Amino acid sequence: MNTIKKLLGYLWMALAPIIIAFLVFEAVEKIGNATAVLRSNVILQWSIILLIFTPICIGFFIFGWYASKDEYAHLPKSSQELNE
Amino acid sequence: MITGKTMAMHDEKKQSSIAFVIGASSVGTLIEWYDFYIFGMLATILSKQFFPAEAGTAALLSTLAIFAAGFIVRPFGALVFGRLGDLIGRKHTFLLTLVIMGGSTFAIGLVPGYSTIGWAAPILVLILRLLQGLALGGEYGGAATYVAEHAPAGQRGFWTSWIQTTATLGLFLALGVIILIRSNQGVDKFSAEWGGWRYPFWISILLVGVSVLIRMRMSESPMFSKLKSEGKTSTNPLKESFGNKSNFKMVLLALFGAVMGQGVVWYTGQFYAQSFIETVCNIDFVQSRNIMLVAILMATPCFVLFGWLSDKVGRKWIMLLGMFLAICTYRPIYKQFIAITAEANKTNEIQQRISTTGPLVAYMNDTKTPFVYLRKTYDTVYYTDGSVFKYTMTDTLFGKKELSVDKPIEYSNPDLITHTPKRNTVIEKTMGKSPTWYLILLIFIQIVYVTMVYGPIAAFLVEMFPTKIRYTSMSLPYHIGNGVFGGLVPFLGTLIVEFTKSAEHPKGDVLAGLWYPIGVAAICLVIGVVYLSNKSDENVMD
Repeated sequence: MNTIKKLLGYLWMALAPIIIAFLVFEAVEKIGNATAVLRSNVILQWSIILLIFTPICIGFFIFGWYASKDEYAHLPKSSQELNE
Repeated sequence: MITGKTMAMHDEKKQSSIAFVIGASSVGTLIEWYDFYIFGMLATILSKQFFPAEAGTAALLSTLAIFAAGFIVRPFGALVFGRLGDLIGRKHTFLLTLVIMGGSTFAIGLVPGYSTIGWAAPILVLILRLLQGLALGGEYGGAATYVAEHAPAGQRGFWTSWIQTTATLGLFLALGVIILIRSNQGVDKFSAEWGGWRYPFWISILLVGVSVLIRMRMSESPMFSKLKSEGKTSTNPLKESFGNKSNFKMVLLALFGAVMGQGVVWYTGQFYAQSFIETVCNIDFVQSRNIMLVAILMATPCFVLFGWLSDKVGRKWIMLLGMFLAICTYRPIYKQFIAITAEANKTNEIQQRISTTGPLVAYMNDTKTPFVYLRKTYDTVYYTDGSVFKYTMTDTLFGKKELSVDKPIEYSNPDLITHTPKRNTVIEKTMGKSPTWYLILLIFIQIVYVTMVYGPIAAFLVEMFPTKIRYTSMSLPYHIGNGVFGGLVPFLGTLIVEFTKSAEHPKGDVLAGLWYPIGVAAICLVIGVVYLSNKSDENVMD
């Protein structure tokens, strides 16, 4: 199981920048295709999406990083372990 | 000597004390959810009140964006009030959040419309919505922590599940109040600038007042009081929660392995479903809300059931099973929504058809064509299963000269430039008894998924983190998962469907919006299965 956790960690690390790239690509395309009347609305919508999901993807990357370093091989059994 | 009778009295006293804690906490949380949800429930009306009339779908999307903004700031509320809760205590913190929530909700009801104050209207609403989000971000973690810290070991899932019911009951209350006012006032009065849609916002101040009085009588959490008396409370909860790697990695695990999937399942079952049956299936406003009300009422006891069950079999597998079932069945369920309500499936069952044509109405027009007229034709179709479909067809006609609109004008009138009207059809469906129950069943199934993922989550999160930084540590993943991943379901779902629209397919793929919750829940399910443990730390005293 620990090997799976570790391998999946690499997958999460790869997935995070892919999601960001996908969102940026989509944002550029949708803003470019928007009519002049709707452009400001589309920019607002995509700015919100990028602003929110970029830090989350960074968190996801860190999660993958921890997983790849076997940090989740053993989960703490009590709060005592978290305080150490 | 302690006799059996004394022990029984002690147990009884303890139970009633927990019941008071649950009751007092739940009432406040329920009201906060009510405050938060009435905005979403009234999104269509708010978009017309606070945005220019000609904005159309863009106004609705902007209103949904403001609705979503309230969710997005929830994690910041979690940080601000979570920190406060770990520093000064649970009780005073969630009293403060309650007052902020009540005040900002009441104030939304006082903001004049776009027609009166222009762009100041949506800006003010946005600011108040952000305040609502901040308050809710602080409330839930406090209430869940407070209840869990009072609950005996081995029953934490059961007792915290009562807090979990409040989110759904808040939605129930919001729906109920809106339907009641709307049916008393009628559609036009309800939707006017200072109409009945404002009352649900104003009612909030009364509910919050009552709740504040109840919460004032509550005492501080025993575990927090103990830490405080021993001088062991955290001096910097944010640093200890997110600066300590051991704790931070658990925050990430809680978010990506449980709460992220829980959030999307929650908001798909209770928001996206309602929006779908109303806007895609064209179910009548009142009936779509009644369907939600009945389904919610039937499914709510399942929160307690799954909370209790999680004490017996562990939290992990109940939550993950809920996600798994949601992933597998969302598309078939939504396909059924379409099939049940489709006209095509009812063509052979027409009992009666009543058609009426309204008068030609001159339309104020500033374009080059001087004479523009609108004519509405109403077509009501009754089906043998009790369903009634009302079609309102609005024809736009252009005249060569000014025509008298007092008497009906035929399309063949030579004074009309075009004999082929530009037709816009609006359908409103009221389903018969049997299809209505089928719709209720489909919503009920989705809400049962909600109860599976949401019922045990408070106990699950509380048991993950130590007392001194619990409020901060559990609030952040909870509000990112629910506020951001969940809260964006209606907005992103609508947006994804918009992307699939084209000239050949003007309606697009109406099921495409489901890919967002399905995708997020699928990633969460994999992470949960592989990384989460089913064993919980029963000792939440440390």
